[in-house]
Amino acid sequence: MFQVRIHGRGGQGVVTAAEILAVAAFDEGRRAQAFPSFGSERTGAPVVSYCRIDDREIRTREPVMEPDAVIVQDVTLLHQVDLFSGLSKDGFVLVNTSKNFSELGFGDEFVGFRPERLMTCPATEIAIEHVGRPLPNAALLGAFAALTDQISLGAIDVAVRERFHGVVGERNAAAVGAAYAFVTSKEQEAIRASSN
Amino acid sequence: MLRQIEGSRAVAETVALCRPEVVCAYPISPQTHIIEAVGAMVKAGTLTPCEFINVESEFAAMSVAIGASATGARAYTATASQGLLFMMEAVYNAAGLGLPIVMTLANRAIGAPINIWNDHSDAMAVRDSGWIQLFAETNQEAADLHVQAFRLAEELSVPVMVCMDGFILTHAVEGVDILDQAFVDSFLPPYEPRQVLDTADPVSIGAMVGPEAFEEVRYLAHLRQLDALERIPALAMEFAQATGRDSGGLLRNYRTEDADVIIVALGSVLGTIKDAVDIRREAGERVGVVGITSFRPFPGDAVRAALSGASRVVIVEKAFSIGFGGVLSTDVAMALQGMSVGLRTVVAGLGGRSITRRSLEGVIDAAVRDELANLTFLDLDHDAVNRERSRMAATRRSGPSAENLLRDRDHVTSHTAKGPA
Repeated sequence: MFQVRIHGRGGQGVVTAAEILAVAAFDEGRRAQAFPSFGSERTGAPVVSYCRIDDREIRTREPVMEPDAVIVQDVTLLHQVDLFSGLSKDGFVLVNTSKNFSELGFGDEFVGFRPERLMTCPATEIAIEHVGRPLPNAALLGAFAALTDQISLGAIDVAVRERFHGVVGERNAAAVGAAYAFVTSKEQEAIRASSN
Repeated sequence: MLRQIEGSRAVAETVALCRPEVVCAYPISPQTHIIEAVGAMVKAGTLTPCEFINVESEFAAMSVAIGASATGARAYTATASQGLLFMMEAVYNAAGLGLPIVMTLANRAIGAPINIWNDHSDAMAVRDSGWIQLFAETNQEAADLHVQAFRLAEELSVPVMVCMDGFILTHAVEGVDILDQAFVDSFLPPYEPRQVLDTADPVSIGAMVGPEAFEEVRYLAHLRQLDALERIPALAMEFAQATGRDSGGLLRNYRTEDADVIIVALGSVLGTIKDAVDIRREAGERVGVVGITSFRPFPGDAVRAALSGASRVVIVEKAFSIGFGGVLSTDVAMALQGMSVGLRTVVAGLGGRSITRRSLEGVIDAAVRDELANLTFLDLDHDAVNRERSRMAATRRSGPSAENLLRDRDHVTSHTAKGPA
């Protein structure tokens, strides 16, 4: 089972992101479960959503407490919420920011983590460019696909178009592709840098 | 067709397949998505003929359902928590009149303190109202149970409540196989009312009944619920033969063969319990689960048979009777009369507190070692309770406990906060 926890703020499509990811996994023939953290919905309030992906029936109903991946949609949460609780050193971290991971001011939180699994992506900027609104959720799913290889870009693309119809779907799908390309090129850059 | 959809959506689409003729509801979290979706289908003309009636309250919702059902219409509504309490008088009337209304209850705690999250307090509050109460373990079962509920209600002239855990199921997006219209039409024949308000053939429904016949009316209602104990498994079997799905029935056993300790529970927590049981089984503990689907009528004989081999039974409940203890536990105790089985109650998940697999494993471990108290509150913060008790002892004007506990909690977390500074 692969477990994802998404942190963001009300209005950023945190719950929608988990649902799209679950639909994409389902479309690839896998079992998936997405659910919100059941808070009172308020714009700007910290929101958490979860997605589990597995090849067999998912029975548990507990929140994701030991995620394999954490997606942070809003970088201002870094100083407010215990975002990485339960994350193992093999886990993936994807933060929506135009900074690099090393510029985020972490202390020793990520000592021993695999650096190639700690990724940032300027999803809000990508969304503004392609969607015209600062909604980073779809773009981050493209970045997630590139980072984790848990889901194909194609499946995210289809699921995003299922969720957002017409021109909005086109634009979000473009944001997905751009974020996927961004992370892929960053990964290749890192590989080149480490082999030199 | 198998689709990845929200539980509320799956229920709404399945209710529509049941061809309700009147839907009346008042929105309340976490039921809202169900009613919004049904309303949209009526408006779009995909659910027709059906009248969707916007009512001004839950009391009106059930009253309109009663009126519609009494005129021979198939009537549906949905609610939760305080909404159910607000319609309480009409809930009893629907059952007392023998009107086969189907209602989804998106289980939610009851205030005060106000709380929108899941537990089973609302369902337990209407336990004795005369409604059949079926609890869904998954969204697949929640959807399927509605088809069985309409059939059962109309066969027996008893209203049926399908209970599904608020948020945990209603807001979860998972795979649900939505039935096709042809199957639902074949499983659920048109409603043939036993009593109908018809100007061409007038009758009175709801007469004043004095001591001369009231007890008999109530006893007849009891007999209809006993009939349901036969019909619920029969309908589940017929449903399973057509769909291949084990939805409904009175109860379900999981790994209870040779089990020394058996957990009993209602609803979606059964999934997490099964995962915990699998892990404790691997560790060599002989433990199993009984999930009760039909809470009313209570399947006493089936429960007794399912639990007969266990030396200890742990009832995990998302509700409790304040000043006493378990609610479901009392029913299980009655079913086990005369048997030497140790009964333990674990109250868990009140007001949406997460019930974790790890905590459940702890419960199982303690039960296996026979170290579980008769009544346990899972993951209760005893220190916070004791601090409030101290405040209450220290000063008369200690203030509202709910607010004090929130303040206490903020104080504790701000001194133990983790994460980047």
